[in-house]
Amino acid sequence: MLNHTKRLALAAALAIGSALASGPVWAQARTDLVVGMRLEPPHLDPTAGAAAAIKEVTYANLFEGLTRVDAEGNVGAGLAQRWEVSPDGLTYTFHLRPGAKFHDGRAADSAAVKFSLDRARGADSVNAQKAYFAAIAAVDTPDPQTAVVTLSRPDGLFLFHMATGDASIVAPETAGTNKQKPIGTGPFKFDRWVAGDRVVLARNPDYDGPKPALERVTFRFISDPAAQVAALKAGDIDTFPQFDTYEALPQFRDDPAFTVMVGTTEGETILATNNARKPFDDVRVRRAMAYAIDRKTLIDGVLFGNGAPIGSHFPPHRAGYVDLTGLYAYDPAKAKALLAQAGYANGFETTLKLPPPIYARRSGELIAAMLAEVGIRAKVEPMEWAPWLEKVFKGKDYDLTLIAHTEPLDIDIYARPDYYFNHKSDRFNAVEGELNRTQDQEKRNALYGEQQKILAEDAVNGFLFMLPAATVQKAGVQGMWVNRPVQANDVTGVRWK
Amino acid sequence: MLAFLTRRLLTLALTAWLATLVVFSVLEVVPGDPALLMLGTSAQPEAVAALRHQMGLDQPVPVRYVRWVGGMLRGDLGTSLTYARPVADLVAERLAITMPLALMALLLSAGIAIPLGLIAASRQGRAGDWAVMAFGQVGIAVPSFWFAILLILGFSVRLGWFSAGGFPGWAAGAGPALKALILPAVALALPEAAILARITRSAALDTLREDYVRTARAKGLARRTVLLRHVLPNALIPVATILGLQFAFLIAGAVVVENVFTLPGLGRLLYQAIGQHDLIVVQSVVVLLAVMVVLVNALVDIACAAIDPRPKVQA
Repeated sequence: MLNHTKRLALAAALAIGSALASGPVWAQARTDLVVGMRLEPPHLDPTAGAAAAIKEVTYANLFEGLTRVDAEGNVGAGLAQRWEVSPDGLTYTFHLRPGAKFHDGRAADSAAVKFSLDRARGADSVNAQKAYFAAIAAVDTPDPQTAVVTLSRPDGLFLFHMATGDASIVAPETAGTNKQKPIGTGPFKFDRWVAGDRVVLARNPDYDGPKPALERVTFRFISDPAAQVAALKAGDIDTFPQFDTYEALPQFRDDPAFTVMVGTTEGETILATNNARKPFDDVRVRRAMAYAIDRKTLIDGVLFGNGAPIGSHFPPHRAGYVDLTGLYAYDPAKAKALLAQAGYANGFETTLKLPPPIYARRSGELIAAMLAEVGIRAKVEPMEWAPWLEKVFKGKDYDLTLIAHTEPLDIDIYARPDYYFNHKSDRFNAVEGELNRTQDQEKRNALYGEQQKILAEDAVNGFLFMLPAATVQKAGVQGMWVNRPVQANDVTGVRWK
Repeated sequence: MLAFLTRRLLTLALTAWLATLVVFSVLEVVPGDPALLMLGTSAQPEAVAALRHQMGLDQPVPVRYVRWVGGMLRGDLGTSLTYARPVADLVAERLAITMPLALMALLLSAGIAIPLGLIAASRQGRAGDWAVMAFGQVGIAVPSFWFAILLILGFSVRLGWFSAGGFPGWAAGAGPALKALILPAVALALPEAAILARITRSAALDTLREDYVRTARAKGLARRTVLLRHVLPNALIPVATILGLQFAFLIAGAVVVENVFTLPGLGRLLYQAIGQHDLIVVQSVVVLLAVMVVLVNALVDIACAAIDPRPKVQA
């Protein structure tokens, strides 16, 4: 009898527990979504910060640019529904959506476009991608629905750059307060921000375009890997894009309640090398290092097999990619021979400075071991972000470091004078000049190919792998991007099955 | 009492001032430019310079120190470099989570530890004592983050009674907000309770050996009455002292548990601010924590004096 009572009590407790757990029962498709993110944005103004988290909340959801990038990375209509480019590639005439409005009811017209672009390129601009706007000479507003942008030189990437979050169109009246209370033109508007925990967006009933299926989107910020897994398993999170606890992917793949998608990012992960420092100023040493690195082991060890190897600074999924991974196929004997030729038969000592991301720390340990095999004794030095940026990136005080360059189509960084690789190639710069004068896509792709070959032949950096974009989500979520062509969590097309 | 308070206030001022000096100079020495950190690897140098100017970082070091301390004296903690919000607002928001969490954990640990310690002391060497001592060992040995993960696995993932971390905000109502604090409070309380139980036990054992306890027993008072009326009040002094230290620790040291449960508390604010090199937030929060620790210690001293008037007479 006692036993029976106990059992009843237990059953009752369990029933209460599961009732608490399952929450309300959804008769029809849900219209809310909880998106998991690793980092919280410091603020919500995409035009005033490099933190990817800002764009991962605001892009396409809250703010729109003149153009926008879709899930496949194609540039399409944004706030501008169409545009014309003059034959010389210098004049862009954008025709804005006539009904476009900011969330506070103000018209999103050509004056707002002029204000936004002038603000981004102005003397006191704090735009993280100010270079995107460098070619703009003037912005004219013949009428409220038309903005004419004149460039001082042709810029083959102009439309793409206008599609990034950094080029979001903001209103003059609210630009100063967007950090805390973002006012954009997107299909969602800002609802509330529980600092340190979540940002909530609500559907914008006055949006002039197609309305999203979701009424409410909550972005929750969970930095601890174990906590991310627990939050997914407990059902707190519906979808977690950019999930970088790769070792946990198999357990979600095996669980029918979840789906796992692995796509591509724009993050070329490289063993950045200080080309100005001895012995790295010798191309034979750099090539020796390239031969010493086993990308397969690296990808298996760091990304648990999720990620594509690269042989130069270009993503395999983009047109114009040339496969150069075979140029320095893993060959420690060749590496040793090259080192001996360069006068380092007994190897040398060096340091490898690692920023905080887990991929950098793990890759660094493996690469140090691989380099040790051929006699290069690299001391691993973990660093925090701020000192890394200050010392390594800005101060160029390093031998080797490891980092993913996540900006899309950023091979042009090798043409920048004074960039932290300390690498200068007249051949590369000549091709870059031609790229900027070329509009034709075929020709551009060929030029990109040439650039990739030059970088690989020079073995400027150790080219390792592309960071994958893994998304773990509940089986019923549809419409999340598989790939990450830009920093974004575009939920405008997401719905529940 | 007046002399005592004056001395305490002086200590407070001195500690706060020393804290400002230490934290300011440490942050000056540590490499890292908040403006560069915000604008990232593609930023143009002139954009970084413009942001530095906007943040006031291009001012000389002494000017910035004086401005900061001057501002704090007027009650202005400054504006966060990364969040672009007043630090006072940020801190108030975070304290609204950390304070209730610390209080819950404190009550929980005292509620568990003091009875356990008394039971152990009254049954010295017997099974109950062993059980409490074993609990103490395990509680101290188990890292709180690991215990926190176990709690999440058990109560969130398996049973689904709680969400696996996060905080809905007080705006969502007191019920859901307090519920979100239960598991973290338990995770925080366990190691504290373990320490406290051992302290209570040894304090009670010391008191049990006193002559007046034997006298009380001899005149026929029941064990329980002796324990509650004579042993407990005297054993409370070391317990209260430790409790005070623990409270300071709970406020400042909840970083780990706040991270596992992704609770936006003060500890996590500080942790994130250090990562983002948000100098103003780090400086102000550290000074605030220093002041709070000194205040809590002063309160404990006052409480001890109230429990046992003797030390005050000697002083």
